[in-house]
Amino acid sequence: METKGMNGKQLLAHYQAQLEEEARRAKKSGRLVCWSASVAPSEFCVAMDIAMVYPETHAAGIGARKGAPDLLEVAEKKGYAQDVCSYARVNLGYMELLKQQALTGVQDEKLANSPAVEIPLPDLVITCNNICNTLLKWYENLAKELNVPCIVIDVPFNHTMPISQHSKDYIVGQFGEAIAQLEEICQRPFDYDKFYQVQEQTQRSVAEWARLAGLMRHKPSPLNGFDLFNFMALIVCGRSTPYAEITFKTFADELEENLENGIYAFGENEKKRVTWEGIAVWPHLGHTFKTLKNAGTIMTGSAYPGMWRLEYTPGDLSSMAEAYTRIYINTCLEYKVLQLQQVVDSGNCDGILYHQNRSCKLMSLLNVETAEELQKRNGLPYVSFDGDQTDPNNYGAAQFELRVQALNEMME
Amino acid sequence: MNRIEELLTIFRSAVVNPEGTATAVGNEFKGVVGIMPVYAPEEIVHAAGYLPVGIWGGQKSVSKAHTYLPPFACSIMQSVMELQLEGVYNQLDAIIFSVPCDTLKCMSQKWKGQAPSIVFTHPQNRKLESANQYLEMEYRIVAEKLEQLLNVRITDEALQNSIKVYNENRQVMRLFTELVMDYPEIINPVNRHAVIKARYLMEKSTHTKLVRELIDLIRQNPPVPWKGKRIVLTGITAEPEALLNIFEENNLAVVADDLAQESRQFRHDIPEGENPYLRLARWWQEHDGCSLALNPQKPRGDMLIDMVKQACADGVIVCMMKFCDPEEFDYPVYYQQLEAAGIPSLMIEIDQQTTSFEQVRTRIQSFSEVLEG
Repeated sequence: METKGMNGKQLLAHYQAQLEEEARRAKKSGRLVCWSASVAPSEFCVAMDIAMVYPETHAAGIGARKGAPDLLEVAEKKGYAQDVCSYARVNLGYMELLKQQALTGVQDEKLANSPAVEIPLPDLVITCNNICNTLLKWYENLAKELNVPCIVIDVPFNHTMPISQHSKDYIVGQFGEAIAQLEEICQRPFDYDKFYQVQEQTQRSVAEWARLAGLMRHKPSPLNGFDLFNFMALIVCGRSTPYAEITFKTFADELEENLENGIYAFGENEKKRVTWEGIAVWPHLGHTFKTLKNAGTIMTGSAYPGMWRLEYTPGDLSSMAEAYTRIYINTCLEYKVLQLQQVVDSGNCDGILYHQNRSCKLMSLLNVETAEELQKRNGLPYVSFDGDQTDPNNYGAAQFELRVQALNEMME
Repeated sequence: MNRIEELLTIFRSAVVNPEGTATAVGNEFKGVVGIMPVYAPEEIVHAAGYLPVGIWGGQKSVSKAHTYLPPFACSIMQSVMELQLEGVYNQLDAIIFSVPCDTLKCMSQKWKGQAPSIVFTHPQNRKLESANQYLEMEYRIVAEKLEQLLNVRITDEALQNSIKVYNENRQVMRLFTELVMDYPEIINPVNRHAVIKARYLMEKSTHTKLVRELIDLIRQNPPVPWKGKRIVLTGITAEPEALLNIFEENNLAVVADDLAQESRQFRHDIPEGENPYLRLARWWQEHDGCSLALNPQKPRGDMLIDMVKQACADGVIVCMMKFCDPEEFDYPVYYQQLEAAGIPSLMIEIDQQTTSFEQVRTRIQSFSEVLEG
């Protein structure tokens, strides 16, 4: 399909579908398929021509299409407790149905009726704990249930900043192990030339991603932060391909042109600007967005999409190790607060909304301290609300509306 | 009171009154260092001349902790947070945090006690040599920080000696747990737990001596055939006593455990070697079957099945720490394996905030009836 003339949003839909189709085709043609944690290094597998699938993005999509409850039920029947991360439960439920189908040849009704995008089962999995240790446990289970190799990139929690040399050395050591594992899985030598090219491509994607996110600094903003949540699908799934770069560049160009022409995300209605701390509430994305929009409040800051600003020097594995471990939720509180402060500042925000996410302990259990510390520094008002990234039952629309109203009053 | 009873009283009073023990034994030591769950190189603290004391929360309702932790944080950390806010840990000279789960990462950054905290991270890609090097360096930094904070010097020689003391304790604990599976009449679940938990509250060579004496005394008795059923426990902890009493009421003997607070601590020794820090690191590399130590092979299910066979157990009771996601992730995998091996299991919730045990009593009763067949 010709992409010429497509705008950013059209390109997003097009390339997202294309990546999914490529993974399905890869499986059919005997190419390897890897399921990957969303911020695990993609460079190694892509350099070895492995098709990548990202369960977190897949689960978020299922959540947004209201398809989570059926899959959560499958996971629950399997014995997964309700407080386990809902991305993991949706994916483990989906995996279970795919596995049963592969074993019996019969498709479960839940799978047949699911709005989930069809993805193939993996030949290997890769995980990285830079955004949580849950991803270690989840992928450990995938590898065991499917009896496939598991590549682990363990980036130790940076309790002390700056990042220690012994931590970087350990991560680089694991990169070497990942390469050795891939050589064995693929039965051919690692392609170092392609690896370098993929690193360069990843850096170009990341640069355009940063440029796009940077547009939220303008007041009024040409970019609505919720759009960034949607475009995240490509920084996750396509950052090591040209698709992400092309899409972000096109969208950022459009927005810059809009800016020049005085066209803003909320037109003339931008009254207040907020930072959203945490993952989106995918099943209720529309409600969260509209509640803010109706009050003239635009989201111009979020550290979540910023987790993919993985800037490093191609060819330098130590700088790559550093980029993958420097994620703000993998660091001490002080550094985390500093990062969030930069997000608030660069978005010119008037207040902060903290998502107390039932699914994500790492992004919830420090919210009180983060909020208190940050307020000492910038004096901005904040509220928190209860939600969940994929389980629709853990969100209360009325509570969200009340908290947003309270925040708006404090921002006045 | 015979000597066995006397010894058991010593262990139990240590467990029931941890502050008292820490203060009393603290006289022989320069001070007390808190050890947060689940694995920390206590040997380094011991080598510094300080008493390491395990911090495992306690059965209590929480109110102050609600300000700082959402309801879905695990039960044990709710209690630990409440106790922090009540100032219970303020007598500590330092506290050491390991961060093998997301909750502990956060807890390490929100410590409200007065004692200075030292945090270190375990590597999770554990089978690699680079992981040992990483952890060796983390442990060296822990030692340096302790030296600075406590104004002490930790020599390699002292550390090697402390490792020896700890390994002796591990060995005697293995002897103890193996022996008492044949003496449920003498060592009931409450006492078994008390002997093990007292490790966290007493200096290890003292503990070793007392446990050795207990073993010798138990051995003098002929084993009496057990009329009830034999169970293996798995999970983080199996507390409080009220729960353990329910096992006894239903004639269930704890013949082996796979609890993080209990046997996982001493299933194997610190390996031999010249470099004490590397030795401590290698222990973590060899440690398997715990939800907090990554291994994509997931050997826990097979290990549990072996444990059941070796202890001639009739079933497994899963002691699920409320809202502990690492344990919750392991459960569906080993549950399938236990089912396939024909081993009955029951999952109960461990909640340090609960006061009512009626529901769990009913479930354990039904399970014991199932085992009776």
